[in-house]
Amino acid sequence: MSKKRWWQAIGAVIIVALGIFAYQTRQVSHAGESITAVGSTALQPLVEAAGEQYTGEHLGTFINVQGGGTGTGLSQIQGGAVQIGNSDLFAGEQKGIKAAALIDHRVAVVGITPIINRKIGLKNLTTQQLIQVFTGQVTNWRELGGSNVPVVLINRAQGSGTRATFEQFGLTNHRSKTAQEQDSSGMVRQIVATTPGAISYVAFSYVNSTVQALSLNGIKPTEDNVKTNRWRIWSYEHLYTKGQPHGLTKRFIQYVQSPAIQQTLVRQLGYLSPDQMKVERDVHGNVTRLEGGKS
Amino acid sequence: MKTTQQLEKQLKRHSKAAKLEIWGKVVSFSALLLIVAVVVGIIGFVASKGIATFTSNHVNLWDFLTEKKWNPGITDANGKPEVGALPMIVGSFLITILSAIVATPFAIGTAVFMNEISPNKGAKILQPVTELLVGIPSVVYGFIGLSVVVPATRAIFGGSGFGVLSGTCVLFVMILPTVTSMSVDALRSVPRYYREASLALGATQWQTIYKVVLRAATPGLMTAVVFGMARAFGEALAVQMVIGNAALMPGSLVDPAATLTSVLTTGIGNTVMGSLQNNALWSLALVLLLMSLVFNLIIRLIGRKGRLQ
Repeated sequence: MSKKRWWQAIGAVIIVALGIFAYQTRQVSHAGESITAVGSTALQPLVEAAGEQYTGEHLGTFINVQGGGTGTGLSQIQGGAVQIGNSDLFAGEQKGIKAAALIDHRVAVVGITPIINRKIGLKNLTTQQLIQVFTGQVTNWRELGGSNVPVVLINRAQGSGTRATFEQFGLTNHRSKTAQEQDSSGMVRQIVATTPGAISYVAFSYVNSTVQALSLNGIKPTEDNVKTNRWRIWSYEHLYTKGQPHGLTKRFIQYVQSPAIQQTLVRQLGYLSPDQMKVERDVHGNVTRLEGGKS
Repeated sequence: MKTTQQLEKQLKRHSKAAKLEIWGKVVSFSALLLIVAVVVGIIGFVASKGIATFTSNHVNLWDFLTEKKWNPGITDANGKPEVGALPMIVGSFLITILSAIVATPFAIGTAVFMNEISPNKGAKILQPVTELLVGIPSVVYGFIGLSVVVPATRAIFGGSGFGVLSGTCVLFVMILPTVTSMSVDALRSVPRYYREASLALGATQWQTIYKVVLRAATPGLMTAVVFGMARAFGEALAVQMVIGNAALMPGSLVDPAATLTSVLTTGIGNTVMGSLQNNALWSLALVLLLMSLVFNLIIRLIGRKGRLQ
């Protein structure tokens, strides 16, 4: 046999061996069910972690979680391209979405707080002052009793759920003036931590010692204040389905809403469970008190 | 003994080589067809989506190109959506032109060194280095920009550090290798006897480079610069990471700004297919595509002019 022939033979053996190996170790799927959840990057870590746990406990199922943003999630679920659409917003708040066809499953509550660079030296603002800062009426922190540095606004991208919630409840429906936009919360925190005079807003889970979280009107951004709606800047995290869910989709959503996840994963990842809330808010922002609260 | 019929059949039959020839032609032609279909498909798709802003959402094309407010989700006092793309168009052109202005002298200087002054060292050291620079992914440039250029800009000029200047710095490094390697090709294509004739007339090396080689290579050098500009114009990720993404007219070089690409990448995930916000982004993509087309045309034009001389 020539040298070339030998190499070919070895190659063939290797390929066959790999094939056998792959066959032996292939994912054995009994039901072979799989669903896809797409959308909000703020909700993605929770759905991903829950999906991993679920597929670990139920072999043969596969839950594929992708980001893409709230808009993508809602338009994909509306088009029926995926089984679950992850959203930071009520479907009715997003333009171009027919909310009537979609069913809302609330799986978490996220609190959002304004953060500022530590060197500004402020810890509390009134809502009025916050609006002045974000609409450009105040351009130097000195005017509010802080140090003498110009205000640097950092916004999240237009259409971001965090930004929509912040403008609706933090700025009481005032629009922030056009400024820098960043498309992730981690990036926002880093910029605020390093830029003198910077102010922005992130979910509670992103606050750490590098930035100063602001109290509003003397109310601290804590989970307890969110539960009672004393801290007003919070939103639900939604899993949307088109029509009633069934099969794996239904089982997975029930799993995420079950105490097993709500009392462990949801809290570990820095969200609140909707069960903990003492109030309920509808799509128009109307708050109703829940009598006694759910268990 | 063969009959004439058999002989005729044998002669008219395609030989093995001829069959291979036909097969080769079919393969290459279908590859060509596929590429053409993809290009036409992309242009058609972007155009149909991009035009929807003006046809189905009734935005005035002139307003789109000249207004300065970009808030597609919000309507102004007259009930018209605020889709003024001018800040992004200006931002894109600004950083493209600035980075080209900064990169060109460095690129041509490097090319002259590699080709005229020290071809040996140039080939050994600079050639691999530029080739390496071409291969670095843009996200790496963006990351370096974020962790080095932005803090440096902030420390020197104040503000947040995000802005046109940081974008220019990052893009300058990104397009430098492209412009350099194309400039080298341009200088290399200048015939040897030009240099010999110039030196024989008593010109110094510098005079030869300046008055003969660079002049003769001008069309090629211009192509190189325009090519670099085309790359800068279309670059998204690295720029988006350092420019700050504020849809404002940049008042100074350290102000945050936005480019067509940076608005596209940050915005597309937060909009719903078919809505005005989404269509407006597609319109930006259409502008981007048309500009790339213009850059290509300029390159062709320069090439043709160079050949005529």
